[in-house]
Amino acid sequence: MAMIEVDKLNLSFGEGAEANQVLHDVCFDVGDGEAFGLVGESGSGKTTVLRCLAGQYSHWSGSLAINSERLGRKLDKARCRKLQMVFQDPYGSLHPRHTVETALSEPLAIHGITDASRRIDSILTKVGLPTNFRYRYPHQLSGGQRQRVAIARALILEPRILLLDEPTSALDVSVQAEILNLLADLRKQEGLTYLLVTHDLGVVAHLCDRVAVMQQGRIVDLIESASLVGAVPEHPYTRMLVEASRHYSREMAEVGADLTPAEAV
Amino acid sequence: MMNQTNQPLLQVEDLRVSFTSGGALVDAVRGVSFSLGREKLAIVGESGSGKSTVGRTLLRLHPKSARITASKMQFGDIDLATCSEKTMQSIRGQRMSMIMQDPKYSLNPVMRVGDQIAEAYLAHHKVARAEANQRALAMLEAVRIRDPQRVFRMYPHEVSGGMGQRIMIAMMLITEPEVVIADEPTSALDVSVRLQVLATLDDLVSKRGLGLIFISHDLNLVRSFCDRVLVMYAGRVVESIAASDLDNAKHPYTQGLLASLPSVDQRRERLPVLQRDPAWLTQPIGA
Ligand SMILES: Nc1ncnc2c1ncn2[C@@H]1O[C@H](COP(=O)(O)OP(=O)(O)OP(=O)(O)O)[C@@H](O)[C@H]1O
Ligand SMILES: Nc1ncnc2c1ncn2[C@@H]1O[C@H](COP(=O)(O)OP(=O)(O)OP(=O)(O)O)[C@@H](O)[C@H]1O
Ligand SMILES: [Mg+2]
Ligand SMILES: [Mg+2]
Repeated sequence: MAMIEVDKLNLSFGEGAEANQVLHDVCFDVGDGEAFGLVGESGSGKTTVLRCLAGQYSHWSGSLAINSERLGRKLDKARCRKLQMVFQDPYGSLHPRHTVETALSEPLAIHGITDASRRIDSILTKVGLPTNFRYRYPHQLSGGQRQRVAIARALILEPRILLLDEPTSALDVSVQAEILNLLADLRKQEGLTYLLVTHDLGVVAHLCDRVAVMQQGRIVDLIESASLVGAVPEHPYTRMLVEASRHYSREMAEVGADLTPAEAV
Repeated sequence: MMNQTNQPLLQVEDLRVSFTSGGALVDAVRGVSFSLGREKLAIVGESGSGKSTVGRTLLRLHPKSARITASKMQFGDIDLATCSEKTMQSIRGQRMSMIMQDPKYSLNPVMRVGDQIAEAYLAHHKVARAEANQRALAMLEAVRIRDPQRVFRMYPHEVSGGMGQRIMIAMMLITEPEVVIADEPTSALDVSVRLQVLATLDDLVSKRGLGLIFISHDLNLVRSFCDRVLVMYAGRVVESIAASDLDNAKHPYTQGLLASLPSVDQRRERLPVLQRDPAWLTQPIGA
């Protein structure tokens, strides 16, 4: 059963001759309870795909469905309860003058949910933070703790789906390991479905079952993470991503030069 | 060990740096010693462990509030700890350069990039403008810019992140420095561009025999790119090890950092999380 269905998703920014098409016929499905990854270089359209699903853009064409229900172009409250987004920057995504409690109660108030206090305790426990952290401000938290709060806020409405945009790239490797473990545990306990965007192949391969590789607005390859173990992928761009995540090599640098779009070089 | 026959380019002994911040004293670097030959030396460690502070201190780029002591900071025949500001100016950007993480802060936004590179050369060499321009073009080519003539005339906002980073590198290398300090030079770059920037740096070390200090938190990269690795924890070097030997690292901190890396080749349910031991703060190196 597919939880997320993306079919022939197209999107352009700008009008007429100025129009810049950033998504070209993007198609993929994510199963219920699956973790699916999107990798690709900067500007390839990864975040844009998430934003379409999250209802932040409305001028796309194609079809998007969650749990077999087609998504409209406008964001409604129902969608927020099905799906939530977590961003890269745990500093920018929390209001500096709002306590953890305020950050967590806001979505509850918007959706008219009353037992806020109990839910906040329970969600903080779930993301591995002491319940008295509710009185803290963002500057009183470490980077990893802030990302835990951001995940707690995304989960407080009990969505079935998390859209994760580079959730660990601002973190040290040791803190990243804690957050990746937390995400793996939560998926198991809560039966969540993940759509994860990152440029770090190690991270996607670790957390996700399948990975789509994007280049210039298109999905150019789709791979099972398990098949990457010790393997040399066929697609040249995927091969470069995989090899570069393993080690630096001179030959790959030459290949990379040929695979880079001219304007980036 | 490599480079044993060479005189070290740089020797640092017992470097200590502290900052006063909001009335409190922060000991950012607490007794760091190392020497650098014609090699690629990595400094790795968690955020806040003091990597950038070490790099900046060598070039005296630290803020005024910093208190610095060292029993030795020798660069060739110059004592970096005691030399005059004038001597420092003649070294900085000429014999020793630093590549910063974000090129946007280091390039002048209203000046064509080619002119900036040529200026860097003119600042230290008495040559005609035309010759400096020629050298700037050659340098753009050396850092693998595809169309150097065109890029020469561009402004910083017109170039991509990867190009900006290579322009920075060109500017830092045109004076043919003996030592280059690169502070996370590739972490903001896409994989393909990152590989090319690394290949450029690699060439310069092997062809021009310069010494490279490569500050990074990417252990997989450092393992394959560098010759030697200094592992920093809380302002100290807790382990110094050949890059090819990282898999046999002895210090639990180094081991912990390596184990916590997710990998395409090793599928694990959970990643081991670093368990910090207070003894790491004080133990002598190699204990
Ligand atoms: N609001 C916007 N207006 C115009 N162009 C946009 C807008 N948002 C994104 N784009 C363009 O769409 C393309 C895809 O951007 P997107 O942010 O999805 O890339 P990405 O794959 O997430 O990259 P990164 O890895 O750098 O985050 C880029 O060329 C970007 O410049
Ligand atoms: N100007 C300053 N004033 C006060 N404290 C400072 C200053 N610069 C650095 N520090 C402190 O010194 C310590 C070392 O900082 P440094 O920037 O060298 O770390 P780093 O290893 O480069 O970390 P990162 O990986 O995050 O770049 C940190 O605790 C930092 O907060
Ligand atoms: Mg993005
Ligand atoms: Mg730093």
